[in-house]
Amino acid sequence: MKYIDGFRSLDAAAPLRQSLAELGAHVTARRGPVRLMEVCGSHTMAIARFGIRDFLPEGVELVSGPGCPVCVTEPGFLDAAIDLAHRGVIVATFGDLLRVPGSRSDLARTRAAGGWIEVCQSPHRARELARDHPDREVVFLAVGFETTIAPIAAMLAGARRDGLDTLSLLTAFKLIPPVLAALAADPDLRIDGLLCPAHVSAIIGPETYGFLAADHGIACVVAGFEPLDILYGLEGLLRQLVDEAPRVDNQYSRVVKPGGNPRAQALMAACLEPVTAAWRGLGPIPGSGLGLRPELARYDAARRHGLTVRAGEVHPQCRCGAILKGLLSPDQCGLFGRTCHPEHPLGPCMVSQEGSCAAHFRYGRRSRQP
Amino acid sequence: MCLAIPMEVVAIEADGSGWVMLDGLRQRVGLELVEARVGDHVLVHAGYAIETLDLAEAEARLALFRDLAAAWQRKIAVEAQS
Ligand code: SF4
Repeated sequence: MKYIDGFRSLDAAAPLRQSLAELGAHVTARRGPVRLMEVCGSHTMAIARFGIRDFLPEGVELVSGPGCPVCVTEPGFLDAAIDLAHRGVIVATFGDLLRVPGSRSDLARTRAAGGWIEVCQSPHRARELARDHPDREVVFLAVGFETTIAPIAAMLAGARRDGLDTLSLLTAFKLIPPVLAALAADPDLRIDGLLCPAHVSAIIGPETYGFLAADHGIACVVAGFEPLDILYGLEGLLRQLVDEAPRVDNQYSRVVKPGGNPRAQALMAACLEPVTAAWRGLGPIPGSGLGLRPELARYDAARRHGLTVRAGEVHPQCRCGAILKGLLSPDQCGLFGRTCHPEHPLGPCMVSQEGSCAAHFRYGRRSRQP
Repeated sequence: MCLAIPMEVVAIEADGSGWVMLDGLRQRVGLELVEARVGDHVLVHAGYAIETLDLAEAEARLALFRDLAAAWQRKIAVEAQS
């Protein structure tokens, strides 16, 4: 495809590599090793797939952050979903969640045992299910970052227009800026530059990251998902560090508009409000999630079905927490590739295609961190 | 889940959804989150268009990458001669 080819040319990658080497030498001579982070699962995948880490010069490290919504979902959320399926509810979910381990089981096994678990490409499918099966309760497993929350909010608005009252959401929505604030404040985790997520930024707008540059001195570049976008984004980060002028550059202006997407923001604000969200591996972070507004309690699956969502139990040796923070690389987990692999994932980072462990397993050495 | 490939809007329905086309395949998507017209290109995520593509900005970026590639080829040609 012509459009894509233009973003994947090797001839354009070569001068970017050279520029990265020059800028990298400059920065590391002055401030020592540099640590950059990407926080978007689609970036993580593209970086592993295209071997982007091979393009980084000595002393410049690129770590993966908590950018896969499935990987940060607590096991207790899955326990609650499994509980709903056992009660005869139709559980509609993105396929990514099927094999994420709960405390004792997962949705795939629950389905094999006869639970009605419907895999959906789009939340719209939940609306259709509720319409087609008015005698059953339907619960949509509402996980995701801003990019996914907006479509789910649009679906809910549609379901309300349809007058569907058997459909509800089990929410575990997560917001990117609050978790970035938590990471920026973490003394264990010195980050010099951040490759900001592409499509999350399309919803919330690039200005949202301003505090990272202003208060924490972190260079920020919003970059697209194509290999040249990513290389150019990394080059932009090093350039900011050379200039010692951290700011937010929007390099994905073909999609990300100033102020983000106002329609999406309005639809989300109409049904959701900030709540404390529990992140697997990172713990609870105030204001880092969204839950249904009190007047929409009837669409809240937990209240509607009298469920308490607990934290749940994680495999004691799974290091997803440290990996999600970029403190460890996947092969530093003792279970990686041995007892934990994509066919038999023990932690969420191995389940989702966008998870750090799965990307590392699939693309092997090429994704190894320097 | 995040399809970064823009798809062209080919039809808009009364209920807020519409049809997009990619490589000859038609797909129904929700258009409630964008202000799109037939002929616009949209980014689709989880069955919904989440933003429209700014063609001028896309072309400007492609031009920059083309220039980088051309300069690199010239440099290689010069090095080969010397
Ligand atoms: S390899 Fe498996 S067990 Fe280890 S951190 Fe990754 S997902 Fe968890």
